[in-house]
Amino acid sequence: MVVIVDYGMGNLNSIKNMLKKIGHSSIISSEVEEIEKAGKVILPGVGSFDAAMMNIKRRNLFDVLNYKASDEKVPLLGICLGMQLLTNSSEEGEEKGFGWINADTIKFENKNGEILKVPHMGWNRIKFDPSSLLFQGLDEATKFYFVHSYYVKCHSQKNSLAKTQYGLDFDSIINNDNIYGTQFHPEKSHKYGMQLLKNFMNL
Amino acid sequence: MLQVRVIPSLLLKDNKLVKSIKFKKHKYIGDPINAIKIFNDKEVDELVFLDISASKSGKGPNFKLLNEIASECFMPLAYGGGINSLNHIEKILKLGFEKIILNYAAAVNPTLINEASKEFGSSTLVVSIDVKKNLFNKNRVFVLNGSKSTNKDPIDYAKEMQERGAGEILLNSVERDGTMEGYDLDLIGKMTNVLQIPLVACGGAGKLDDFKLAISSGASAVSAGSVFVFKGPNRAVLINYPSIKDLENLFR
Repeated sequence: MVVIVDYGMGNLNSIKNMLKKIGHSSIISSEVEEIEKAGKVILPGVGSFDAAMMNIKRRNLFDVLNYKASDEKVPLLGICLGMQLLTNSSEEGEEKGFGWINADTIKFENKNGEILKVPHMGWNRIKFDPSSLLFQGLDEATKFYFVHSYYVKCHSQKNSLAKTQYGLDFDSIINNDNIYGTQFHPEKSHKYGMQLLKNFMNL
Repeated sequence: MLQVRVIPSLLLKDNKLVKSIKFKKHKYIGDPINAIKIFNDKEVDELVFLDISASKSGKGPNFKLLNEIASECFMPLAYGGGINSLNHIEKILKLGFEKIILNYAAAVNPTLINEASKEFGSSTLVVSIDVKKNLFNKNRVFVLNGSKSTNKDPIDYAKEMQERGAGEILLNSVERDGTMEGYDLDLIGKMTNVLQIPLVACGGAGKLDDFKLAISSGASAVSAGSVFVFKGPNRAVLINYPSIKDLENLFR
């Protein structure tokens, strides 16, 4: 069973709706016992970094998530802010992230006098290495829906599965072992997001 | 590169899909769920739903219908109409919408924007501004389907909403709505000059070139109604949306 972690932030139903559309039942939960039993974990998130980490701790979800990700190594997908939480830290706040992927979350800044509209909001492409199982059935026409004001920078290229250009090339899909993160919203990205979620469910 | 968002704007009136001319003369388009399924199949960038009867009737949002819509749509969704509390906003976000459009509530209770942006983040909050000329030919912000003037200047108002925490402005023109004669490029230009947040142009689009003009005038995204629901000079109802190729060529 896939568990969509409810820590009080984010658009949980749209993920559940899309999983249902591709034939997977899921539960939205903030219960330690239910997350303990999960075969796969999705960590969504909209809002700010510190509020998210504090909510996770307040609901006593930090340890169980750490156990699932690092010890049991079930496939885990962080979406949007949920991906940023996988990193060591964020310029948005003071809290530490989970640090499962050696990366940091950084604020978009204007470069060379060019004004970059923030948030980066809308449809954008990804440059990816098609050999990863996550990209089965996806081609160059693939695009995804993004809304974010901070981006992720991996310290090692082996953790970057895809890049997207907005002011600079940032890491839009990150991975370490069983842990995946997408900066965009697959659940809001039509058939492209559907295919990606299907691939994640098949991992 | 970030693609320009092209957003069909759909009007709900008593749970039916309609299209207006100058905020009046509502023509029946069809069943909302049906139309949404077609737009979903056409892979539209984003959808805007505005329930134009919700504020006036005092009934508030139809959560059941919104839930049905969110279960069918795998794209960004924005809803406006009858929202007047943080509780409303939370409920709609939870259903699977990511953007909340405030119009009447923003005008009569602007602190709701401050509170909501703190609670839910500014990127979920869109303030929609309906502009109409007053008797002295000055642009003014109108509410309640263009029937009541707030006496506020739209540019000052947009700036105020940005400062309060709005993440996006949806600018509509009462006089151009449904006419398909083009956007108010002058106002788009002036307003985007004072805004850091994105502006979505709405009201008056009649052809693809109008989108391009709005973008070159400063808009970040474009929205339209008639272009996507009518075909031909007799305004026959036909839901349509340009292909990805056409859009890419247009904004190249």
